[in-house]
Amino acid sequence: MLEVKDLVVAYGRIQAVKGISFTVEQGQVVTMLGTNGAGKSTTLRTISGLLTPVSGEIWFEGKRLDGVPPHKIVERGIAQSPEGRRLFRQMTVEENLRLGAYTRKDTAGVKEDIDRVYDMFEVLGERRNEKAGLFSGGEQQMLAIGRALMSRPKLLMLDEPSMGLSPIMTQKVMATIADLQSQGTTILLVEQNAQAALSLADRGYVLEVGRITFSDTGKALLGDDRVRKAYLGAD
Amino acid sequence: MELFFQQLINGLSLGALYALIAVGYTVVYGIVQLINFAHGEIFMIGAFGAFATWTIMGRPTGSPVATSLLFILPVMLIGGVVASVAVAVAMERFAYRPLRNAPRLAPLISAIGVSVFLQELVRLFFGRIPGMPDAKSDLAFPSISGISGASVQMGGVLIRASAIFTIGALVLCTVFLWIFVDRTKTGRAMVATSQDADTARLMGINVDRVIVSAFAVGAVLAAVAGVAQGLTVGNIGFRMGFLAGLKAFTAAVLGGIGNIYGAVVGGLVLGVAEALASNYLGTTAWKDVWAFILLILVLVFRPQGLLGAKVVDRA
Repeated sequence: MLEVKDLVVAYGRIQAVKGISFTVEQGQVVTMLGTNGAGKSTTLRTISGLLTPVSGEIWFEGKRLDGVPPHKIVERGIAQSPEGRRLFRQMTVEENLRLGAYTRKDTAGVKEDIDRVYDMFEVLGERRNEKAGLFSGGEQQMLAIGRALMSRPKLLMLDEPSMGLSPIMTQKVMATIADLQSQGTTILLVEQNAQAALSLADRGYVLEVGRITFSDTGKALLGDDRVRKAYLGAD
Repeated sequence: MELFFQQLINGLSLGALYALIAVGYTVVYGIVQLINFAHGEIFMIGAFGAFATWTIMGRPTGSPVATSLLFILPVMLIGGVVASVAVAVAMERFAYRPLRNAPRLAPLISAIGVSVFLQELVRLFFGRIPGMPDAKSDLAFPSISGISGASVQMGGVLIRASAIFTIGALVLCTVFLWIFVDRTKTGRAMVATSQDADTARLMGINVDRVIVSAFAVGAVLAAVAGVAQGLTVGNIGFRMGFLAGLKAFTAAVLGGIGNIYGAVVGGLVLGVAEALASNYLGTTAWKDVWAFILLILVLVFRPQGLLGAKVVDRA
């Protein structure tokens, strides 16, 4: 479904991503693991069209994706819940969700999907007219995921959804991702929280300073000594 | 007391003019963080567009009064709006968009360049358009019966028709603006872009198009202001955008730049302050001094403006 080939992305003269290749198949959850500055967010931002690659190719459903402007990428079916959630904090929950559905014209369908998000995350439904900035970190993360779902994406990209959350909230977020997975959503998940993210993953990639150093099934990576040492704190 | 109310009316009329122009500064700033110093020229182009439209219509004088209110003035307004919007959109496309990722000083210098360019363009070439008079010196703005000159007496206070037009135009424009920003998809996209442009892109918003609409919205109101100025003062000239632009920019800062309703409030406050101060604190020759003293005081003591600027906060 998504194929990234030899992707190189740079900020000025500094290369953040140094030639990575990976694929995401329909229905899969693919986890990308790595520490701060490994190039995970850069990769997602490039797929979304916010950054232009220096070289390499991105293909989505058999069509070239690099060079396409960000709003067209959303129309093609890729949504991203960005790092740090990036909600429109001055707007209400409902306004945020409506903006998530910006590319859609089926008013009735949008209304249905908003209600579905409220079913998934009850607190959002109860406080739908409150400003997004007033919610707790975990609730904001739920809203960010809900907002990304509003475009009915074929591929959902989540950038560090557990960042800054308590262990209980992290568990809730991961349970949500597992739910989406069981409904057949294709997900590209970027995380530092290795245990949770890898146990969900059909496939995992480990990114270190702009290169992919390991890739395997999620389960295999969880059992890999090198990965355990570096990301799970085991000795 | 009559004098006070007279100055209040004068101030509100002047302030409404500033407010109409100020919205253009604030909308563009809110979205691209650019002070569009050529916006005063968009106001000037609006006045000339309306003037040209009137000339093409065969210089009607508008009698009976109903024709001038229902036909001549609306057509002139449309002509002014078309001219302003066209120039503003072209300006964004050719002078600002190529500099989108340049250091912030570059588009600012470009704006000053555009400002000089547009003034000189009108000065040198307006007269070359077939049928148009030379614009090297001020042109008499059309005198239309029922609007130019006419006035209403209320108590001892004289309210000129042009003042009613200016204040009425501001009220209407503010209502339309509110509906546009709050109820339309493009309006919501503008608000989203001003809060966080990259995230707006991730929602599928075409930010380039939002930027163009911001310039266009500002231009519409500036054109209305251009016509209002012509009707009020009685003449227009290629230089008229400079001081009006500077005052309107002051009004935008006064209200809190980036905040649309702040621009409206800031404009009105500035106009009234100017009128009252020049009446009570000295001659009219000093009115610009009071306006800019107010700007300095606001920048020192309340830099976020009266209504508070847009707060950019990110998680």
